Amino acid sequence: MSLSADGIYNFMGLKNYISDIYNGVKSLITGMKVTGHYFTHPGEIVTQQYPENRDTLKMFERFRGEVVLIHDENNMHKCTGCSACELACPNGSIEIISGKEIDPETGKSTKIIDTFVYHLSMCTFCNLCILSCPTDAIKMAQGFEHSVFDRSKLTKVLNKPGSKIMPGIK
Amino acid sequence: MTEQELITNIETAPETQEYFINMGPQHPSTHGVLRLLLTLDGEIIKKVEPHLGYIHRSIEKMCEKDSYQQIVHLTDRMDYLSCHMNNEAVCLCVENGLQLEIPERVKVIRTIISELTRLSSHQLWWGVMGMDLGAITTFLYGFRDRELITDIFEETCGARLTMNYNVPGGVMFDIHPNFQKRTKDFITYFRKKLPEYDELLTGNVIFTERTKDIGYLSKEDAISYGVTGPSGRASGFACDVRKRFPYSAYDRVEFKEIIYTEGDCFARYKARIDEMWESMKIIEQLIDNIPEGEHKAKTKAVIKLPEGEYYQRVETARGELGVYIVSDNKKSPYRVKFRSPGFSNLSALDTMARGNKIADLVATMSTLDLVIPDIDR
Amino acid sequence: MNFNIYDFTEFVNSIKLWLNSVLPPVVSDIAGFVIIGICFLTFIVILGLSLVYIERKVCAFFQQRLGPMRVGFWGTAQTIADIIKLVFKEPLISKGSDKFLFNLAAFIVIIAPFMAIAAVPFAKGLHVLDFDIGLFFITAISSIGVTGILLAGWSSNNKYSLIGAMRSGAQIVSYELSVILSLLTIIVLTGSLQLSVIVESQRDGWWIFKGNIPAIIAFFIFIIASTAESNRGPFDMAEAESELTAGFHTEYSGIKFAFFFLAEYINLFIIAAVGATVFFGGWMPLHIGNFEFFNNIMDFIPPIIWFFGKIAAIIFLIMWFKWTFPRLRIDQLLTLEWKYLLPINLINLLLMALVALSGWHL
Repeated sequence: MSLSADGIYNFMGLKNYISDIYNGVKSLITGMKVTGHYFTHPGEIVTQQYPENRDTLKMFERFRGEVVLIHDENNMHKCTGCSACELACPNGSIEIISGKEIDPETGKSTKIIDTFVYHLSMCTFCNLCILSCPTDAIKMAQGFEHSVFDRSKLTKVLNKPGSKIMPGIK
Repeated sequence: MTEQELITNIETAPETQEYFINMGPQHPSTHGVLRLLLTLDGEIIKKVEPHLGYIHRSIEKMCEKDSYQQIVHLTDRMDYLSCHMNNEAVCLCVENGLQLEIPERVKVIRTIISELTRLSSHQLWWGVMGMDLGAITTFLYGFRDRELITDIFEETCGARLTMNYNVPGGVMFDIHPNFQKRTKDFITYFRKKLPEYDELLTGNVIFTERTKDIGYLSKEDAISYGVTGPSGRASGFACDVRKRFPYSAYDRVEFKEIIYTEGDCFARYKARIDEMWESMKIIEQLIDNIPEGEHKAKTKAVIKLPEGEYYQRVETARGELGVYIVSDNKKSPYRVKFRSPGFSNLSALDTMARGNKIADLVATMSTLDLVIPDIDR
Repeated sequence: MNFNIYDFTEFVNSIKLWLNSVLPPVVSDIAGFVIIGICFLTFIVILGLSLVYIERKVCAFFQQRLGPMRVGFWGTAQTIADIIKLVFKEPLISKGSDKFLFNLAAFIVIIAPFMAIAAVPFAKGLHVLDFDIGLFFITAISSIGVTGILLAGWSSNNKYSLIGAMRSGAQIVSYELSVILSLLTIIVLTGSLQLSVIVESQRDGWWIFKGNIPAIIAFFIFIIASTAESNRGPFDMAEAESELTAGFHTEYSGIKFAFFFLAEYINLFIIAAVGATVFFGGWMPLHIGNFEFFNNIMDFIPPIIWFFGKIAAIIFLIMWFKWTFPRLRIDQLLTLEWKYLLPINLINLLLMALVALSGWHL
């Protein structure tokens, strides 16, 4: 609505005044039609009722929730304790504590994983550790509900107790 | 102004009717933690002074101790709405330094995802613009449409906002088989929804009254302050990096560079809406012709750039992002500097806001599309 | 006691007789006042709670989401939870503020609509204050709310609140003119300010249909002006959330904030009630002239349902405005009133006088 001080006092001004009002009202009604459409179509609502739909919720398989060490049915994993993931992590969320094991047949000592410490509180979910693992021992799981009441629960040990490395992995 | 100067100012200026108001760090419409010190005369703004640094996280310093693959994920968090373009900037800089040959497939994938990121950033900007001016419904509509893009990202890259999908040499893993179909469905859906945005906000008489002739920025001012992106292009400054210094697959797609000459808030608004149409055009040209090939070029496990200085510029949703790496042949860069678009855009706020009212300041800041972590890094 | 849903006069009279028989005369009057007061208080409390809930649900459906769903069945107990939370909050009073005015402002703002709601005709016989200047009384009492807002802004000792309160004061005082002029346009036809006479005069059709074009224009101006009166919708610059945090009620917390909040919704109800009474016939069902058959069908629905139905429609329209349009700046607001609404109003009034004199209305 362009307003001129003496706009109403001449005929062209009056015509502008009326056309201003008409165009203004028309644009407002167009806007109201859009919202009115959404009001009358509640079937198009896209929001999900979150805690109630946990059973049917399915995340995408590549979703980066947290890092886990893959264990198969015999409680065996593929981690050799090589610390490639520890070096690749930008802010030190992974700590590998490795030990040595003497192979009874050949007498050579190889590095094995003792504890795989993962600080979930510091992880930025950048995926660099997964890329750098030479044996594909770790992957990103899809869990996203990480809130806890006790901060120490966010420091996780990823290798389950009693798990051993799969034979044949170097 | 230091605190001492401020107090002296108040004590020794009794005749003027000016008073100072703090649009403080916590404010619903400064899009982040930005403190604006306003000098007001009644309702007219006399001076705007931004105080920054509330979200400074020393990203540039952290880059000095990380390897070249690791600095990419820090740029996600600078301008989090155009994170893929930030990642792309760093990766391109490193790849140019190494003189690496990138597969065609990577270039096309990067371009498509960049344009999708630009679309999602503009959708969020549109929603927040309406909300700042009072039409709260637009916020929800912008986010509803943005959900589809974040679903595409979640399926391919694994994360919704801080994607970290680029590595120097290519992308982390190949695109998901559903990527093309989802993107095509999204384009069909959004082509129908974008005219609704026009009906709801652009043509609205209340909106045009609040944005026309407000916050004028002339072309000379835009060039001298370095205002790039849609804000600069709305003042007539033809600065689209995708046209002037093409990178990735931008030299083989056809799109218009959106230039308006009015330089007011409404022109900046129109520039971004038109950019959304152009982005959809770019994606449509590329989505069916993704060339086959590797998703990553072979690089050494430990990347070392030869000694020297490298610069790469990229067009993010806010303007021109520049990445400047100084290397001394070690595992980590010697110095990384980011020329952030928001910093230069914010410096022009004072010129734009003088003489207008407080309510206009909110409209001006909305159209500048500031993201404060981008300014503070 | 015969309880006739179509006509409450018998019911009310029988209660009065019973009170007179049980108590001495003066005491029975006072007991009557107290009963009416308690009825209104309960009604207003329930009204406030349900209007807040309805606003949240309507807003949610406009924005393609569901709104409160968890507390109570489909979220109906949400407002009760909110009120309990507000009651438990600490009533902060900032240091430099004028304590007496600070507290007084909250009360003034809520007393004004309480008084105005007494004069609204709910149904035949359910009309508490039936003055012969009923309409004038309601508009005058609603203007007392401005004092409350200005006091709130001034006594908060806060620059933001002061700006907000002054803007709001200017806005309300300007838009009152438009409200009253648009209502006067219909009074030209009815000839009386008494609300029950206005309702009765619409027995053969509502004024918005009978009054020809000026009545329709008057209704639109009334809607726009009254949303501005109650600081709502696209005219809520005074309490703009994204600009001055919360404007004139920034410093209020706890139950006093709840007063401001509720007062806004009860004002909304009063505006809808006045609009429904003057333009849409109050509790009068839709009649078409002397078309007996149709009128009898319409009469089947009790008047009190008609009344609340009309109010619901007008409130929905006002909510639709709020959730679709951006805000007007304060100078644009005042321009709209003085340069657009007021001239149109005056010309409309002239037109209506012409229509009434020439008998072009039904």
